[in-house]
Amino acid sequence: MGSKIEKLLIEFARIHRFMMSFLREAVSPPYEFKEIIRQCYEIGWKSFPLISLTGFIVGFVFTKQSRPSLEDFGATSMLPALISIAIVRALAPLVTALIASGKVGSQIGAELSSMNVTEQIDAMEVSGTNPTKFLVSTRIVATTLMIPILCFYVAGIGLIGGYLSIVGKDDLSMLAFFTQVFETIAAKDVFAMVIRAVVFGFTIGFASSYVGYFSTKGTEGVGKAANSAVVSSMFLVFVEELLIVQLLALLN
Amino acid sequence: MEKNNVHIDRNEVVIHVDNVSKSFGSLHVLRDVDVKLFKGENLVVLGRSGTGKSVLIKLISGLLTPDKGHVRVLGETVNELDERALRTLRQRIGFSFQNSALYDSMTVRENLEFPLVRNKRNLSRAEINKEVEEVLEGVGLSQAINQMPSELSGGQRKRIGIARTLILRPDIMLYDEPTAGLDPITCLDINTLINEVQERFNTSSIIITHDLACAKMVGDRMVMLLDGKFERQGTFKEIFDTDDARVKSFYDYNFIV
Repeated sequence: MGSKIEKLLIEFARIHRFMMSFLREAVSPPYEFKEIIRQCYEIGWKSFPLISLTGFIVGFVFTKQSRPSLEDFGATSMLPALISIAIVRALAPLVTALIASGKVGSQIGAELSSMNVTEQIDAMEVSGTNPTKFLVSTRIVATTLMIPILCFYVAGIGLIGGYLSIVGKDDLSMLAFFTQVFETIAAKDVFAMVIRAVVFGFTIGFASSYVGYFSTKGTEGVGKAANSAVVSSMFLVFVEELLIVQLLALLN
Repeated sequence: MEKNNVHIDRNEVVIHVDNVSKSFGSLHVLRDVDVKLFKGENLVVLGRSGTGKSVLIKLISGLLTPDKGHVRVLGETVNELDERALRTLRQRIGFSFQNSALYDSMTVRENLEFPLVRNKRNLSRAEINKEVEEVLEGVGLSQAINQMPSELSGGQRKRIGIARTLILRPDIMLYDEPTAGLDPITCLDINTLINEVQERFNTSSIIITHDLACAKMVGDRMVMLLDGKFERQGTFKEIFDTDDARVKSFYDYNFIV
């Protein structure tokens, strides 16, 4: 029991040191702009096909499933308002974060772990360069920037999916649909969505980099790091979602 | 093969591993190890796998810290330096890894540029290109400049790994098993390259190996790690002129089996 607590404390100390190291390297020049752009491309642009499909399906299916409940009250005209609130307040950031945890988290975890196993991180270290700045800071900054952008995109695609689900049954123009959507969404909802996405993006980048960077040696470690990156990112995203919801409720 | 133009200054110590011990859990890898490397010298560290040879050069480069004792490199005590000072010192130390440790998502050119552009930020594009081309020519692989590491053979990867360390013109070179996993002809090429580096740049080097042919060809002096201690030091002949069964079996395996 004592040794378990000791291990846990050591782990917390290491996470704290890793965080401090990231913060120091992220803000101090020289900056690795070229690598940040490359990571934004890898994390953001290459996630677009998967994110597009997932966002569309979520919007379409959610609308389809919500219709019967509203029909019971004769309130199907309220569907655009319901969809917009659900997507902007909860679904867009959460779906984006979960998809990114799977795709981006596993990629970062496996890549850094593989570099660790093949001593590439040590090679950077001994050549007088800073692996935290080049490998970790760039990835965390890229996920923190790209997840909010992807989140806006998912919200848009999800709303289009919702609209297409509605026009399958009702006669509703796109203009009327989006007018109702934008009348329902308040600025604070969009603000909350951005905050969520920034927090989730940072978490995915940080957790995945951490498990990859400190993975145990060996090829087995690469698989474990990829797996652990996904699991820990998803777990933390859910915990943060719970905390943010409580916090926003308090603020409201 | 005789070495020419080697100037060893036995009055100038560039590395002093001073009574260093290192353990991993209950495993005592190094026990009160004490060794000096002189300016311009090639020191070979011999020993069986798992005897702590690689641990020794990781302690020298600051990748590991000793449990006891001090490691002094170019007048600095490595285990007492802060992060920034250690990074500055490391620019003067070249580390050639056993598996080359090339950055596999970068081309050969990008691998060589990586330490250069980050440590010498005032260099122009033309100067960087010139340095890269020069160092690649030095290891005889100019044609590989745009290739990815995965497209290179084991020997070529070793050469590129050495080239990447040479690009910062280090004072000290640390070679971790430079001939491991290579055929005899490629081993000969790598050994020749190690000697060329010593002659051209007057570097002081530590070469970790269990390959006696390599040790004989590149070493000016040798030490042998046995049970975590340097039991024997001297020339190749002095090391193996013994009745110690542990040393004799090491020799026999390399040259007879």
